[in-house]
Amino acid sequence: MSMVKLTIDGREVFARKDSTILHAAKSAGIRIPTLCFHERMKPLGSCGICVVEIDENPKPVSSCSTPVAEAMSVITKSDRLLSIRQDSLKALLVNHPLDCPICDKAGECQLQDLVYEHGITNVEMQPPTSKFTSAYSTTFLKSWPERCILCLRCVTACNELQAHGALNVTEGPDGKLISYDSDKCVSCGECIQVCPVGALLEKKSKIRWRPWEVKKVRTTCPYCGVGCQLWLHVKDGRILRASGVEDGEPNKGRLCVKGRYGFDFIHSEERLKTPLIRENGGFREASWDEALDLVANRFKQIISESGPDAIAGVSSSRSINEDSYQMQKLLRAVIGTNNVDNCART
Amino acid sequence: MFLVIGSNMTEAHPVASTFLKNAVQNGAKLIVFDPRNHKLCDFATMHLPLKVGSDIALLNAIMNVLITEDLYDKRFVESCTTGFDAIKEKVMGYTPEYASDICGISADKIREAARLLASVKPAMLCYTLGITEHTCGRNNVLSTANLQMLLGNMGMECGGVNPLRGQNNVQGACDMGALPNVFPGYPSVTLPAAREKFEKAWGVTGLSGNVGLMMPQMMEGLVSKKIRAFYIFGENLANSEPDIRKVEHELSSAEFLVCQDIFPTETTRFAHVVFPAAAWSENEGTFTNSERRVSRVRTACPPPGLAKPNWWIFKQIAKRMGHDWQSDSAQEIWDNEVSVLAPSLSGIKYERLENNGLQWPCTDEQHPGTCFLHQNGEFTCGRGRFMAVDWTPPAEVADEEYPLVLSTGRRLYHYHTRTQTGRCEGLNELLGEETADISIEDARRMGIEHAEKIRLKSRRGEVVVKARITHEVPPGMVWMAFHFRETCANWLTNPVFDPVTCTAEYKACAVKIEKYNEKSN
Repeated sequence: MSMVKLTIDGREVFARKDSTILHAAKSAGIRIPTLCFHERMKPLGSCGICVVEIDENPKPVSSCSTPVAEAMSVITKSDRLLSIRQDSLKALLVNHPLDCPICDKAGECQLQDLVYEHGITNVEMQPPTSKFTSAYSTTFLKSWPERCILCLRCVTACNELQAHGALNVTEGPDGKLISYDSDKCVSCGECIQVCPVGALLEKKSKIRWRPWEVKKVRTTCPYCGVGCQLWLHVKDGRILRASGVEDGEPNKGRLCVKGRYGFDFIHSEERLKTPLIRENGGFREASWDEALDLVANRFKQIISESGPDAIAGVSSSRSINEDSYQMQKLLRAVIGTNNVDNCART
Repeated sequence: MFLVIGSNMTEAHPVASTFLKNAVQNGAKLIVFDPRNHKLCDFATMHLPLKVGSDIALLNAIMNVLITEDLYDKRFVESCTTGFDAIKEKVMGYTPEYASDICGISADKIREAARLLASVKPAMLCYTLGITEHTCGRNNVLSTANLQMLLGNMGMECGGVNPLRGQNNVQGACDMGALPNVFPGYPSVTLPAAREKFEKAWGVTGLSGNVGLMMPQMMEGLVSKKIRAFYIFGENLANSEPDIRKVEHELSSAEFLVCQDIFPTETTRFAHVVFPAAAWSENEGTFTNSERRVSRVRTACPPPGLAKPNWWIFKQIAKRMGHDWQSDSAQEIWDNEVSVLAPSLSGIKYERLENNGLQWPCTDEQHPGTCFLHQNGEFTCGRGRFMAVDWTPPAEVADEEYPLVLSTGRRLYHYHTRTQTGRCEGLNELLGEETADISIEDARRMGIEHAEKIRLKSRRGEVVVKARITHEVPPGMVWMAFHFRETCANWLTNPVFDPVTCTAEYKACAVKIEKYNEKSN
């Protein structure tokens, strides 16, 4: 792919010919504020925040959808652009309730951050209006249709990323509305992950939190063999939420219902918490030393009586590599048998 | 282009399916071979609803057309493979007309599919357990490889034979040598040089050169007393294996059974000792996914009570049997042992796995990992070997007494025996019970209403379960999952296995439906 040379805020920048101004600026370390733009989607062009001035063009353009050109000169910061962005944000705020203190998105809301960044302190408020054909709730999701800014990320994610078609745009008397089809929804939660405001929120955890209270731990999903990368949002030793790692391989931010909501089994009260030894037809609790001694002694006894091949073990293909390695090493190098298998077989 | 065989991806590997669906939305072609008309078929250019267990007949007939009509990749076959004459001779016996009688797909449709497959290159073949869970599972796999070699779709990005692994670390558990015939990294235990290498590494002498038992053989050994002690780590065999009554008889026959798990399960009921293990997200480690990508698993919370990491438990037993293992963390086990002993993993160290992980083979610490195998048509054994195979029917087919075929699998909202997903807030609300999925035609014929309770019987057992009438299932088939204990498909499934792989035939057994009257029962 051939490269072009352009100027952004007076700096010479090289970019691939097929890149947008927004991408070219980002690769050069120049930040252009965005709202509806999402790295994993085609430009949506619904918010008007990412505008820039190019050359002598009298009308600013959206940097998310405008391609670069040889010798193009781009301005990303000016009083005029600031004022345009402020007007766009104010237009959104007119019908967006300023209920940030009770909104679970506060602290990680892109609209909240942009309003703060652009120094907007007062807005002519109108009563909030629903931007959905109707409010809805699922097992894991609650919608707040008055907070929606109609960026259309959720609709695009549902149709073009996950390809479920549960969210759609319909034309209402006063413009676009989001509609929801419960028959097509499979609770993947992609819509929640991409919503920039508090219009689509998770309701799985009964505990509430602010983003600065949680630690994010990157890990690999424990279910199928795809190996999706996810963030665990952890507070006080409890996982509250899981989200896809936006630029992670192999899933590129996507998750399914189990990956996103199947984490809380670890906190179940039914977990095994102590070694158990069978006695009188039931189990009694035991110390590690007692249980380990019992198993090791019994293995030694069986080996001496019947040889190592009288012992067999199956490893878990649910657990980590290191556990399977250790188990086959125990059977081979310590017990002396190749009677080791794992649940890949059946 | 994609060819998906025996894979209900949208439910069993949902995220993988989204990328496939995106490709179709962007113009890629998709051919699905599957008895069921599942969601992915909505996106398919062609769906061939073959009869359960007839894959080899269909694949051989497709190859028959490719050779007869001169549509195969002659350059690839000549320069990168061996055994073409034998496979040609074999598939010549599988004319589309002959195969049509076996697989229930018209000869014209078979020809059309073959021509479509030959029209786009590369085509990626994906399969899941619909291929492997048959008494002819190994031959099914060989057939998929035969087809891809004949089409020259090997050794390139977006080509190849791609098994979607059912569990998060199936790939890894095998890579680690948790198999009766190979050490970590796959050298055979029968090779003296391999044994010598591992004896040196582990500081022992006399490693066994006898191939060990496969899991079903171990279980049978519990009854014959050939196996006196059985150690089950993280598996709920009492629900997940075919024919629960047989499995429970085997488990209850165990002289000494050790279970290591995170929950009490139907299997731990039979244990003599139960070890409480740390779960996913309670310790550090790695998983290896279907693309052979080794990714990190990290600690989010401490384990409950006295629960300990599995690797620690094995180390403690070794210690009590006179072996003092040095590695004292998952990272030490990987960096100092696994990656040192398995050449294909030798470039993978924990410090390189911070972000997106690495795909093996990764042979040194500068190696970027390997995205796809057999580049330039170079196979591990040199040339790719065609393996001519014949179709064989499932061990148990529908008959007068049991006129329907039961096929089993997973559903979207649960995972395996629900030890995990059954304890996750909300998932039971999305799917709270099992159903027997039956066709509209069979329901009408038998006068069964949607959600009506029916009795489903096989020669092994019976379950009472609600019927779900759906267009996804063809006439003559019943489909169920194994997520719920009382209505688990494995009360019915047939404990017969592929003779080489010992994988069970979960995908086909004969059943009958009886009306169930709650009052009289």
